[in-house]
Amino acid sequence: MEQNEKEPLLSAKNIKLLRNPLGQDNPITVQVLGICSALAVTVKMKPAIVMTISVMVVLAVSNVVIAALREKIPGRIRIIVQLVVIATMVIIVDQFLKAFAFDVSKQLSVFVGLIITNCILMGRLEAFAMANKPWPSFLDGLGNAGGYGLILIIVSFFREFLGSGSIMGFPVMEKLGVYNFGYEDNGMMILPPMALITVGLIIWVQRSRNKSLIETK
Amino acid sequence: MEHLLNIFVKSIFIDNMIFAYFLGMCSYLAVSKTVKTSMGLGIAVVFVLLITVPVNFLLEQYILKKGALVWLSDSFADLDLSFLSFIMFIAVIASIVQLVEMVIEKFSPALYNSLGIFLPLIAVNCAILGASLFMQEREYSNIGEAAVFGLGSGIGWLMAIVALAAIREKMRYSNVPAPLRGLGITFILTGLMGIAFMSFLGIKL
Repeated sequence: MEQNEKEPLLSAKNIKLLRNPLGQDNPITVQVLGICSALAVTVKMKPAIVMTISVMVVLAVSNVVIAALREKIPGRIRIIVQLVVIATMVIIVDQFLKAFAFDVSKQLSVFVGLIITNCILMGRLEAFAMANKPWPSFLDGLGNAGGYGLILIIVSFFREFLGSGSIMGFPVMEKLGVYNFGYEDNGMMILPPMALITVGLIIWVQRSRNKSLIETK
Repeated sequence: MEHLLNIFVKSIFIDNMIFAYFLGMCSYLAVSKTVKTSMGLGIAVVFVLLITVPVNFLLEQYILKKGALVWLSDSFADLDLSFLSFIMFIAVIASIVQLVEMVIEKFSPALYNSLGIFLPLIAVNCAILGASLFMQEREYSNIGEAAVFGLGSGIGWLMAIVALAAIREKMRYSNVPAPLRGLGITFILTGLMGIAFMSFLGIKL
Protein backbone atom coordinates (compact mmCIF):
# COMPACT_ATOMS: atom_id res chain seq x y z
CA MET A 1 0.00 0.00 0.00
CA GLU A 2 3.02 2.31 0.15
CA GLN A 3 2.67 3.12 -3.52
CA ASN A 4 -0.61 4.77 -2.72
CA GLU A 5 0.61 7.30 -0.20
CA LYS A 6 0.52 10.18 -2.63
CA GLU A 7 -3.08 9.41 -3.39
CA PRO A 8 -5.61 9.42 -0.54
CA LEU A 9 -6.80 5.92 0.26
CA LEU A 10 -10.36 6.65 -0.71
CA SER A 11 -9.91 9.04 -3.60
CA ALA A 12 -12.75 9.68 -6.00
CA LYS A 13 -11.34 7.10 -8.39
CA ASN A 14 -11.17 4.45 -5.71
CA ILE A 15 -14.67 5.14 -4.50
CA LYS A 16 -15.84 4.67 -8.05
CA LEU A 17 -14.19 1.24 -8.07
CA LEU A 18 -16.24 0.39 -5.06
CA ARG A 19 -19.52 1.88 -6.25
CA ASN A 20 -19.74 1.17 -9.96
CA PRO A 21 -20.16 -2.61 -9.61
CA LEU A 22 -23.18 -2.05 -7.36
CA GLY A 23 -25.15 -0.44 -10.16
CA GLN A 24 -24.20 0.35 -13.71
CA ASP A 25 -21.33 -2.15 -13.87
CA ASN A 26 -22.99 -4.91 -11.85
CA PRO A 27 -21.20 -8.25 -12.23
CA ILE A 28 -24.41 -10.25 -12.63
CA THR A 29 -26.79 -8.07 -14.60
CA VAL A 30 -24.26 -6.23 -16.78
CA GLN A 31 -20.99 -8.15 -16.94
CA VAL A 32 -22.80 -11.54 -16.88
CA LEU A 33 -20.34 -13.08 -14.46
CA GLY A 34 -20.94 -15.54 -11.65
CA ILE A 35 -24.49 -16.49 -12.45
CA CYS A 36 -24.09 -20.18 -11.74
CA SER A 37 -23.88 -19.93 -8.00
CA ALA A 38 -25.95 -16.78 -7.76
CA LEU A 39 -29.21 -18.47 -8.60
CA ALA A 40 -28.96 -21.70 -6.71
CA VAL A 41 -28.52 -20.23 -3.26
CA THR A 42 -31.35 -17.72 -3.38
CA VAL A 43 -34.28 -19.74 -2.00
CA LYS A 44 -33.76 -18.25 1.45
CA MET A 45 -32.02 -15.06 2.51
CA LYS A 46 -29.66 -16.57 5.06
CA PRO A 47 -27.67 -18.80 2.69
CA ALA A 48 -27.62 -15.93 0.20
CA ILE A 49 -26.01 -13.63 2.74
CA VAL A 50 -23.50 -16.28 3.82
CA MET A 51 -22.66 -16.88 0.16
CA THR A 52 -22.17 -13.15 -0.38
CA ILE A 53 -19.76 -12.89 2.53
CA SER A 54 -17.84 -15.97 1.35
CA VAL A 55 -17.48 -14.60 -2.17
CA MET A 56 -16.46 -11.23 -0.77
CA VAL A 57 -13.68 -12.74 1.32
CA VAL A 58 -12.41 -14.99 -1.46
CA LEU A 59 -12.57 -12.31 -4.13
CA ALA A 60 -10.98 -9.53 -2.09
CA VAL A 61 -8.12 -11.68 -0.79
CA SER A 62 -7.33 -13.41 -4.08
CA ASN A 63 -7.49 -10.07 -5.89
CA VAL A 64 -4.87 -8.68 -3.48
CA VAL A 65 -2.67 -11.78 -3.76
CA ILE A 66 -2.76 -11.81 -7.55
CA ALA A 67 -2.25 -8.04 -7.73
CA ALA A 68 0.79 -8.36 -5.49
CA LEU A 69 2.20 -11.21 -7.58
CA ARG A 70 1.15 -9.83 -10.95
CA GLU A 71 4.64 -9.03 -12.16
CA LYS A 72 6.04 -12.39 -11.07
CA ILE A 73 3.45 -14.62 -12.74
CA PRO A 74 4.49 -15.86 -16.18
CA GLY A 75 1.73 -15.11 -18.66
CA ARG A 76 1.37 -18.64 -19.97
CA ILE A 77 0.56 -20.30 -16.67
CA ARG A 78 -1.40 -17.47 -15.09
CA ILE A 79 -4.73 -19.30 -15.19
CA ILE A 80 -3.48 -22.22 -13.14
CA VAL A 81 -1.79 -19.83 -10.69
CA GLN A 82 -5.05 -17.94 -10.31
CA LEU A 83 -6.94 -21.20 -9.81
CA VAL A 84 -4.56 -22.30 -7.07
CA VAL A 85 -4.88 -19.01 -5.21
CA ILE A 86 -8.68 -19.10 -5.50
CA ALA A 87 -8.93 -22.78 -4.54
CA THR A 88 -6.81 -22.22 -1.44
CA MET A 89 -9.04 -19.36 -0.31
CA VAL A 90 -12.16 -21.38 -1.00
CA ILE A 91 -10.87 -24.31 1.04
CA ILE A 92 -10.24 -21.96 3.97
CA VAL A 93 -13.73 -20.45 3.71
CA ASP A 94 -15.31 -23.90 3.36
CA GLN A 95 -13.52 -25.29 6.41
CA PHE A 96 -14.47 -22.16 8.35
CA LEU A 97 -18.15 -22.55 7.43
CA LYS A 98 -18.11 -26.25 8.30
CA ALA A 99 -16.68 -25.40 11.71
CA PHE A 100 -18.81 -22.40 12.65
CA ALA A 101 -21.99 -22.55 10.55
CA PHE A 102 -22.53 -26.18 9.77
CA ASP A 103 -26.24 -26.00 8.90
CA VAL A 104 -25.73 -23.19 6.40
CA SER A 105 -22.75 -25.02 4.98
CA LYS A 106 -24.98 -28.06 4.41
CA GLN A 107 -27.59 -25.92 2.67
CA LEU A 108 -25.01 -24.39 0.36
CA SER A 109 -23.72 -27.93 -0.38
CA VAL A 110 -21.48 -27.92 -3.43
CA PHE A 111 -21.91 -24.24 -4.12
CA VAL A 112 -19.16 -23.14 -1.75
CA GLY A 113 -16.77 -25.33 -3.72
CA LEU A 114 -18.13 -23.89 -6.91
CA ILE A 115 -16.89 -20.43 -5.94
CA ILE A 116 -13.64 -21.71 -7.48
CA THR A 117 -15.13 -21.77 -10.94
CA ASN A 118 -17.32 -18.75 -10.33
CA CYS A 119 -16.67 -16.59 -13.34
CA ILE A 120 -16.62 -13.45 -11.18
CA LEU A 121 -13.33 -14.55 -9.70
CA MET A 122 -11.52 -15.43 -12.91
CA GLY A 123 -13.11 -12.46 -14.64
CA ARG A 124 -11.99 -9.90 -12.07
CA LEU A 125 -8.55 -11.44 -11.62
CA GLU A 126 -7.94 -11.41 -15.36
CA ALA A 127 -9.51 -8.05 -16.06
CA PHE A 128 -8.46 -6.07 -13.02
CA ALA A 129 -5.98 -7.60 -10.58
CA MET A 130 -3.48 -8.58 -13.27
CA ALA A 131 -3.14 -4.92 -14.23
CA ASN A 132 -3.57 -2.98 -11.01
CA LYS A 133 -1.99 -2.43 -7.61
CA PRO A 134 -3.16 -4.36 -4.53
CA TRP A 135 -5.21 -1.58 -2.89
CA PRO A 136 -7.41 -0.74 -5.91
CA SER A 137 -7.72 -4.48 -6.53
CA PHE A 138 -8.94 -4.96 -2.99
CA LEU A 139 -11.59 -2.29 -3.50
CA ASP A 140 -12.53 -3.76 -6.86
CA GLY A 141 -12.95 -7.15 -5.19
CA LEU A 142 -15.15 -5.73 -2.45
CA GLY A 143 -17.20 -3.75 -4.94
CA ASN A 144 -17.82 -6.61 -7.31
CA ALA A 145 -18.63 -9.05 -4.54
CA GLY A 146 -20.95 -6.37 -3.18
CA GLY A 147 -22.71 -6.01 -6.52
CA TYR A 148 -23.02 -9.78 -6.73
CA GLY A 149 -24.38 -9.89 -3.20
CA LEU A 150 -26.85 -7.11 -3.87
CA ILE A 151 -28.53 -9.10 -6.63
CA LEU A 152 -28.41 -12.27 -4.54
CA ILE A 153 -30.10 -10.51 -1.64
CA ILE A 154 -32.78 -8.88 -3.82
CA VAL A 155 -33.60 -12.18 -5.52
CA SER A 156 -33.63 -14.15 -2.28
CA PHE A 157 -35.77 -11.49 -0.59
CA PHE A 158 -38.51 -11.88 -3.18
CA ARG A 159 -38.22 -15.64 -3.35
CA GLU A 160 -38.36 -16.09 0.41
CA PHE A 161 -41.03 -13.45 0.97
CA LEU A 162 -43.39 -14.68 -1.75
CA GLY A 163 -42.42 -18.34 -1.59
CA SER A 164 -42.24 -19.05 2.13
CA GLY A 165 -43.89 -15.94 3.57
CA SER A 166 -40.92 -15.02 5.71
CA ILE A 167 -37.93 -12.66 5.78
CA MET A 168 -34.65 -13.97 7.16
CA GLY A 169 -36.59 -16.90 8.61
CA PHE A 170 -39.03 -14.59 10.44
CA PRO A 171 -42.61 -15.58 9.48
CA VAL A 172 -43.88 -12.14 8.44
CA MET A 173 -46.99 -13.33 6.66
CA GLU A 174 -48.05 -15.50 9.58
CA LYS A 175 -47.59 -12.63 12.06
CA LEU A 176 -49.63 -10.33 9.85
CA GLY A 177 -52.34 -12.95 9.86
CA VAL A 178 -52.96 -12.80 6.12
CA TYR A 179 -53.37 -16.58 5.98
CA ASN A 180 -56.71 -16.11 7.72
CA PHE A 181 -57.96 -14.16 4.72
CA GLY A 182 -57.15 -17.00 2.36
CA TYR A 183 -53.62 -15.90 1.34
CA GLU A 184 -51.41 -18.76 0.18
CA ASP A 185 -47.65 -18.84 -0.27
CA ASN A 186 -46.67 -19.05 -3.90
CA GLY A 187 -44.87 -22.39 -3.94
CA MET A 188 -43.60 -21.72 -7.42
CA MET A 189 -41.17 -19.08 -6.16
CA ILE A 190 -39.19 -21.81 -4.41
CA LEU A 191 -38.63 -23.76 -7.62
CA PRO A 192 -35.32 -23.19 -9.43
CA PRO A 193 -36.74 -21.65 -12.66
CA MET A 194 -38.22 -18.71 -10.77
CA ALA A 195 -34.74 -17.56 -9.79
CA LEU A 196 -33.94 -17.08 -13.48
CA ILE A 197 -37.17 -15.26 -14.15
CA THR A 198 -36.64 -13.00 -11.12
CA VAL A 199 -33.16 -12.06 -12.35
CA GLY A 200 -34.61 -11.46 -15.82
CA LEU A 201 -37.13 -9.05 -14.31
CA ILE A 202 -34.42 -7.27 -12.29
CA ILE A 203 -32.46 -6.79 -15.52
CA TRP A 204 -35.59 -5.43 -17.16
CA VAL A 205 -36.14 -2.89 -14.37
CA GLN A 206 -32.48 -1.87 -14.31
CA ARG A 207 -32.24 -1.38 -18.05
CA SER A 208 -35.50 0.51 -18.28
CA ARG A 209 -34.11 3.00 -15.79
CA ASN A 210 -30.66 3.20 -17.35
CA LYS A 211 -31.06 3.32 -21.12
CA SER A 212 -27.32 3.22 -21.79
CA LEU A 213 -27.26 -0.47 -20.77
CA ILE A 214 -29.70 -1.58 -23.47
CA GLU A 215 -28.11 -4.04 -25.89
CA THR A 216 -28.23 -2.90 -29.48
CA LYS A 217 -28.71 -5.65 -31.97
CA MET B 1 -28.10 -52.17 -15.56
CA GLU B 2 -31.49 -50.73 -14.74
CA HIS B 3 -29.87 -48.82 -11.94
CA LEU B 4 -27.36 -47.26 -14.33
CA LEU B 5 -30.13 -46.35 -16.75
CA ASN B 6 -31.93 -44.67 -13.90
CA ILE B 7 -28.90 -42.54 -13.05
CA PHE B 8 -28.50 -41.70 -16.73
CA VAL B 9 -32.08 -40.54 -17.29
CA LYS B 10 -32.15 -38.75 -13.97
CA SER B 11 -28.99 -36.80 -14.67
CA ILE B 12 -30.22 -35.73 -18.11
CA PHE B 13 -33.77 -34.69 -17.36
CA ILE B 14 -34.42 -34.32 -13.65
CA ASP B 15 -31.13 -33.15 -12.19
CA ASN B 16 -30.34 -31.21 -15.33
CA MET B 17 -27.18 -29.17 -14.78
CA ILE B 18 -28.69 -25.99 -16.16
CA PHE B 19 -32.35 -26.08 -15.21
CA ALA B 20 -32.05 -27.61 -11.77
CA TYR B 21 -28.64 -26.37 -10.58
CA PHE B 22 -27.73 -23.47 -12.87
CA LEU B 23 -24.26 -24.83 -13.46
CA GLY B 24 -22.24 -23.63 -16.41
CA MET B 25 -24.54 -20.65 -16.85
CA CYS B 26 -21.77 -18.26 -17.87
CA SER B 27 -20.78 -20.05 -21.02
CA TYR B 28 -24.38 -21.15 -21.50
CA LEU B 29 -25.45 -17.52 -21.82
CA ALA B 30 -22.40 -16.33 -23.71
CA VAL B 31 -22.13 -19.04 -26.36
CA SER B 32 -25.78 -19.75 -27.11
CA LYS B 33 -26.17 -17.27 -29.95
CA THR B 34 -26.01 -19.82 -32.78
CA VAL B 35 -26.82 -23.52 -32.84
CA LYS B 36 -23.54 -24.48 -34.49
CA THR B 37 -21.17 -23.04 -31.90
CA SER B 38 -23.32 -24.16 -29.00
CA MET B 39 -23.28 -27.70 -30.42
CA GLY B 40 -19.46 -27.55 -30.48
CA LEU B 41 -19.23 -26.37 -26.91
CA GLY B 42 -21.84 -28.89 -25.79
CA ILE B 43 -19.95 -31.81 -27.31
CA ALA B 44 -16.72 -30.64 -25.70
CA VAL B 45 -18.48 -30.50 -22.33
CA VAL B 46 -19.89 -34.04 -22.73
CA PHE B 47 -16.42 -35.26 -23.64
CA VAL B 48 -14.64 -33.62 -20.71
CA LEU B 49 -17.34 -34.64 -18.21
CA LEU B 50 -17.18 -38.25 -19.38
CA ILE B 51 -13.46 -38.31 -18.58
CA THR B 52 -13.13 -36.08 -15.52
CA VAL B 53 -15.93 -37.51 -13.39
CA PRO B 54 -14.57 -41.11 -13.37
CA VAL B 55 -11.00 -39.87 -12.87
CA ASN B 56 -12.04 -37.72 -9.94
CA PHE B 57 -14.04 -40.67 -8.64
CA LEU B 58 -10.87 -42.80 -8.55
CA LEU B 59 -9.02 -39.95 -6.89
CA GLU B 60 -11.72 -39.65 -4.26
CA GLN B 61 -11.86 -43.42 -3.64
CA TYR B 62 -8.16 -44.15 -3.46
CA ILE B 63 -6.61 -40.95 -2.16
CA LEU B 64 -8.95 -38.39 -0.65
CA LYS B 65 -11.66 -40.24 1.27
CA LYS B 66 -11.26 -41.05 4.92
CA GLY B 67 -9.24 -44.23 5.13
CA ALA B 68 -8.78 -44.31 1.36
CA LEU B 69 -5.04 -44.64 1.63
CA VAL B 70 -5.23 -48.03 3.38
CA TRP B 71 -4.02 -49.68 0.18
CA LEU B 72 -0.69 -47.96 0.81
CA SER B 73 -0.26 -48.79 4.46
CA ASP B 74 -2.52 -49.61 7.39
CA SER B 75 -1.19 -46.67 9.35
CA PHE B 76 -3.09 -44.30 7.04
CA ALA B 77 -6.50 -45.64 8.08
CA ASP B 78 -7.43 -42.47 9.98
CA LEU B 79 -6.19 -40.07 7.36
CA ASP B 80 -8.91 -37.86 5.89
CA LEU B 81 -7.75 -35.72 3.01
CA SER B 82 -11.19 -34.72 1.75
CA PHE B 83 -10.55 -31.04 2.52
CA LEU B 84 -8.12 -31.16 -0.39
CA SER B 85 -10.78 -32.26 -2.84
CA PHE B 86 -11.47 -28.80 -4.33
CA ILE B 87 -7.88 -28.14 -5.26
CA MET B 88 -7.29 -31.72 -6.46
CA PHE B 89 -10.44 -31.76 -8.59
CA ILE B 90 -9.73 -28.45 -10.24
CA ALA B 91 -6.12 -29.47 -10.93
CA VAL B 92 -7.31 -32.74 -12.49
CA ILE B 93 -9.88 -30.90 -14.59
CA ALA B 94 -7.42 -28.29 -15.81
CA SER B 95 -4.82 -30.88 -16.75
CA ILE B 96 -7.32 -33.23 -18.41
CA VAL B 97 -8.70 -30.38 -20.46
CA GLN B 98 -5.15 -29.59 -21.57
CA LEU B 99 -4.53 -33.26 -22.34
CA VAL B 100 -7.76 -33.70 -24.25
CA GLU B 101 -6.91 -30.61 -26.23
CA MET B 102 -3.51 -32.03 -27.19
CA VAL B 103 -4.89 -35.46 -28.09
CA ILE B 104 -7.64 -34.01 -30.27
CA GLU B 105 -5.20 -31.68 -31.96
CA LYS B 106 -2.97 -34.65 -32.83
CA PHE B 107 -5.57 -37.12 -33.98
CA SER B 108 -8.45 -35.10 -35.33
CA PRO B 109 -7.49 -31.64 -36.56
CA ALA B 110 -10.98 -31.16 -37.99
CA LEU B 111 -12.64 -31.69 -34.61
CA TYR B 112 -9.92 -29.59 -33.00
CA ASN B 113 -10.66 -26.69 -35.30
CA SER B 114 -14.33 -26.81 -34.53
CA LEU B 115 -13.86 -27.16 -30.77
CA GLY B 116 -10.59 -25.21 -30.58
CA ILE B 117 -11.54 -22.08 -28.72
CA PHE B 118 -14.01 -23.79 -26.42
CA LEU B 119 -11.78 -26.43 -24.91
CA PRO B 120 -9.66 -24.11 -22.72
CA LEU B 121 -12.83 -22.33 -21.61
CA ILE B 122 -14.21 -25.56 -20.26
CA ALA B 123 -11.64 -25.77 -17.47
CA VAL B 124 -13.48 -22.98 -15.68
CA ASN B 125 -16.99 -24.12 -16.55
CA CYS B 126 -18.85 -24.65 -13.30
CA ALA B 127 -20.70 -27.63 -14.75
CA ILE B 128 -17.49 -29.67 -14.87
CA LEU B 129 -16.38 -29.02 -11.31
CA GLY B 130 -19.99 -29.17 -10.19
CA ALA B 131 -20.43 -32.68 -11.59
CA SER B 132 -17.35 -33.87 -9.70
CA LEU B 133 -18.57 -32.29 -6.48
CA PHE B 134 -22.03 -33.81 -6.90
CA MET B 135 -20.39 -37.15 -7.56
CA GLN B 136 -18.57 -36.76 -4.25
CA GLU B 137 -21.64 -35.60 -2.36
CA ARG B 138 -23.97 -38.31 -3.67
CA GLU B 139 -21.43 -41.04 -2.94
CA TYR B 140 -21.75 -43.15 -6.08
CA SER B 141 -20.54 -46.62 -5.31
CA ASN B 142 -18.54 -47.62 -8.39
CA ILE B 143 -16.79 -46.12 -11.35
CA GLY B 144 -19.53 -47.20 -13.76
CA GLU B 145 -22.10 -45.08 -11.92
CA ALA B 146 -19.72 -42.13 -11.89
CA ALA B 147 -19.08 -42.42 -15.63
CA VAL B 148 -22.78 -42.72 -16.44
CA PHE B 149 -23.53 -39.74 -14.24
CA GLY B 150 -20.82 -37.72 -16.03
CA LEU B 151 -22.14 -38.67 -19.45
CA GLY B 152 -25.74 -37.97 -18.49
CA SER B 153 -24.96 -34.54 -17.03
CA GLY B 154 -23.00 -33.67 -20.15
CA ILE B 155 -25.82 -34.68 -22.46
CA GLY B 156 -28.31 -32.75 -20.36
CA TRP B 157 -26.14 -29.67 -20.65
CA LEU B 158 -25.69 -30.14 -24.40
CA MET B 159 -29.42 -30.48 -24.87
CA ALA B 160 -30.14 -27.34 -22.85
CA ILE B 161 -27.65 -25.14 -24.68
CA VAL B 162 -28.68 -26.33 -28.14
CA ALA B 163 -32.36 -25.81 -27.33
CA LEU B 164 -31.69 -22.30 -26.08
CA ALA B 165 -29.56 -21.46 -29.11
CA ALA B 166 -32.32 -22.62 -31.42
CA ILE B 167 -34.86 -20.43 -29.65
CA ARG B 168 -32.51 -17.44 -29.67
CA GLU B 169 -31.94 -17.83 -33.42
CA LYS B 170 -35.69 -17.65 -33.99
CA MET B 171 -36.06 -14.79 -31.57
CA ARG B 172 -34.09 -12.47 -33.78
CA TYR B 173 -37.29 -11.97 -35.74
CA SER B 174 -39.42 -11.04 -32.78
CA ASN B 175 -39.97 -7.66 -31.26
CA VAL B 176 -38.64 -7.89 -27.72
CA PRO B 177 -39.03 -4.79 -25.50
CA ALA B 178 -35.75 -2.86 -25.70
CA PRO B 179 -34.63 -3.16 -22.04
CA LEU B 180 -35.22 -6.92 -22.11
CA ARG B 181 -33.25 -7.49 -25.29
CA GLY B 182 -30.27 -9.82 -25.06
CA LEU B 183 -29.58 -10.89 -21.51
CA GLY B 184 -32.95 -10.24 -19.91
CA ILE B 185 -35.07 -12.25 -22.28
CA THR B 186 -32.52 -15.07 -22.23
CA PHE B 187 -32.90 -15.38 -18.49
CA ILE B 188 -36.67 -15.45 -18.71
CA LEU B 189 -36.52 -17.98 -21.57
CA THR B 190 -34.28 -20.27 -19.54
CA GLY B 191 -36.67 -19.96 -16.64
CA LEU B 192 -39.62 -20.97 -18.82
CA MET B 193 -37.64 -23.88 -20.26
CA GLY B 194 -36.80 -24.88 -16.70
CA ILE B 195 -40.48 -24.93 -15.79
CA ALA B 196 -41.13 -27.18 -18.78
CA PHE B 197 -38.35 -29.48 -17.66
CA MET B 198 -39.86 -29.72 -14.20
CA SER B 199 -42.55 -31.92 -15.70
CA PHE B 200 -39.95 -34.69 -15.78
CA LEU B 201 -39.85 -34.65 -11.98
CA GLY B 202 -40.86 -37.89 -10.45
CA ILE B 203 -39.93 -40.10 -13.38
CA LYS B 204 -38.37 -43.21 -11.98
CA LEU B 205 -37.35 -46.22 -14.01
